[in-house]
Amino acid sequence: MSLVPTSNAFKENATGALQDKPLQEALGIARHHSIQTRLNTVAKMPEFETLRDIGRDLKNHIIANLDTYLLQFEQSVTTRGGKVHWCPDGDSARAKVLEICRSVNAKTVTKGKTMIGEEIGINDFLFANGIEPVETDLGEYIIQLRGETPSHIIGPALHVTKEQVEETFREAHTDLDPARNLEDPASLMAEAREKLRAGFLKADVGITGANFLIADEGATTIVTNEGNGDLTQTLPRIHIVLASIEKVVPSLKDAMTLLRILARSATGQEQSVYTTFSSGPRRPTDLDGPEEFHVVLIDNGRSAYLGSDLEEMLRCIRCGACLDHCPVYHSVGGHAYGWVYSGPIGSLLTPMLVGVENAKPLPNASTLCGRCESVCPVRIPIPKLLRNWREREFARAITPQMERSGLWFWAFMAKRPLLYRLVTRIGARALFNLAGQQGRLRSAPLAAGWTKHRDLPASQGRTFHEQWKARKSQAGKGARS
Amino acid sequence: MNSQPGTAQPEPQGPIKAGANVALFVTCLVDLFRPSVGFAAVKLLEEAGCRVSVPDSQTCCGQPAYNSGDRKTAVDIARQTIAAFEGFDFVVAPSGSCGGMIKHHYPQLLGDDAQWGPRAEKLAARTYELTQFLAEQCGRTDFGAALAANCTYHDSCSSLREMKVKAAPRDLLKNVAGLTLTEMEETDACCGFGGTFCIKFPDVSNSMAARKVETIAATGADLLLAGDLGCLMNLAGKMKRDGSTVQVRHVAEVLAGMTDEPAIGEERTS
Repeated sequence: MSLVPTSNAFKENATGALQDKPLQEALGIARHHSIQTRLNTVAKMPEFETLRDIGRDLKNHIIANLDTYLLQFEQSVTTRGGKVHWCPDGDSARAKVLEICRSVNAKTVTKGKTMIGEEIGINDFLFANGIEPVETDLGEYIIQLRGETPSHIIGPALHVTKEQVEETFREAHTDLDPARNLEDPASLMAEAREKLRAGFLKADVGITGANFLIADEGATTIVTNEGNGDLTQTLPRIHIVLASIEKVVPSLKDAMTLLRILARSATGQEQSVYTTFSSGPRRPTDLDGPEEFHVVLIDNGRSAYLGSDLEEMLRCIRCGACLDHCPVYHSVGGHAYGWVYSGPIGSLLTPMLVGVENAKPLPNASTLCGRCESVCPVRIPIPKLLRNWREREFARAITPQMERSGLWFWAFMAKRPLLYRLVTRIGARALFNLAGQQGRLRSAPLAAGWTKHRDLPASQGRTFHEQWKARKSQAGKGARS
Repeated sequence: MNSQPGTAQPEPQGPIKAGANVALFVTCLVDLFRPSVGFAAVKLLEEAGCRVSVPDSQTCCGQPAYNSGDRKTAVDIARQTIAAFEGFDFVVAPSGSCGGMIKHHYPQLLGDDAQWGPRAEKLAARTYELTQFLAEQCGRTDFGAALAANCTYHDSCSSLREMKVKAAPRDLLKNVAGLTLTEMEETDACCGFGGTFCIKFPDVSNSMAARKVETIAATGADLLLAGDLGCLMNLAGKMKRDGSTVQVRHVAEVLAGMTDEPAIGEERTS
């Protein structure tokens, strides 16, 4: 039921994305905005780099003690009158959510933004089972109307221009007065809000994600900028939290530590507009809140990577900074990655969640430029982990045969310096002669990938080593004479 | 790229004594495409008082294998390179990329190897990118070069993030008479080269290069400099294809006053 990955078609997806003018416009706006806003906020916080170290160490500690904290979390939630449901995979998680919804005969479910919800394809599943899911996050609402998936971890509609949003609203909101002005973001927001309010009031169940699960408090946390999450989780009779296992933190204090780096890395805000903690169902003295509180705790393949060479990807707190700073993402946007998560972290998570054989190009779709690692709030060594995926692909012969043959041939020479000298001598002369006076080639044998968009600069005729040898022997003769 | 622990070792502090034995890691691209960069590096190092050797048995640093997931080949080549270079006081490369491979990735590749691990660490501690070595280890930023041009400088990803080279090339370029430096926006953004990436994903790579070329053009510079030939060939190839008149050179050529050779991808005049 969850989204079928098209990650193996990354190259084709990317080429399409590069020709998509509105997408390119949207990506350009986002790039300028996100890099600068993060820089401005970080500049105001001298201890930011230290906090990143603390964040990394904290997440490492949690991953090493995941079982302990998850059990403690369950205990605390239960004490507060809530329920934790352990779900090893998407199937069991979907079934549990449906079971809870059916227990109150739910017809409508409101949803806060949840990436794990996307991961397990909860919307399509509920819809297929006669329950209408209504997205309440503006970005999610827009893409739900457009029948799309999120193109960014925190900005799901990042790929949509405001003109396209207007178009979508005019199409979907059939009662909309054609004369109504929807040109600026504020009026679009007002229009969405009007529609969403109705949804909040008729929903039987509210589903949110969680940025953190707090073990000692038995509480869950979400951060939003629209307040939609608060309405989603307090108005309906039942609140379901969907969360993956690595979201747990020991204490409120630890959540606060991560919150300090999360918003700054994500949106360049010092803090998100709303940071909301939920702890259990409504108590007799509470004025509001849900009657039932469920946490659907989802593994979905993560625990298999504990203790592995890829474990560090589980530190991710889903801020999206790596996407915001990735030159590949800037070029192609999120949908080209072909599944739920995109950008550098998507290239690490997608092979884990759908199988590397279904996401072959992703670990390779990076120059390993390292800008992602330089901004990651929990210092995930993304290039190193991408390389680890590549090693797994190479070991399983997933790497294309052409590439393997090329590598083998190159390695054969690179390990034999004398042969290497000979071949490079010939190569240097050939490249020099082919280019002639031009000094560059518009096409060259075996270099189609290179010359598709760029010329190949010529060689200078003789290799460095050849010239150096000549120079040394000349100097030797000079010394003797 | 990486900031892994385990490579930290007390490193020799500059300025170095005159007569240090420096081994030049030529790099495979300089060897094949642009030997003049290698000779410029030799000239600069000799002027800084070093004795320069070029070990015979060097080929490539092994990145094509390493970044393609062929760890075994990468290990073989790392050992070959270590054996060729470990007898010298310093290893200097006119490339942050190859320098970063030796300095940061060899120790990781050989970390579990009782024999080669420590040798990799020792070599790593003595390995530098060229401009960094000249400015920080030799304490030399003025080589008396002159060139009338308005240049902009591209930080290669590995120089910037692996080798932490940012100030050195700029300090050196400040002392080139007649040269002005205009910084481009997003100097820390990748040019789209990425080794085999640019061949595997030509369209994406082209889009990245196009953005870089836009920021270069916006500076009004007539000369693009960088410390890595991979980026330079990518950007020169892209700009020449697009008909740009911006010339492209390795920073070492300008610093050594060796700009007689046509710029990268430029027509030969004779």
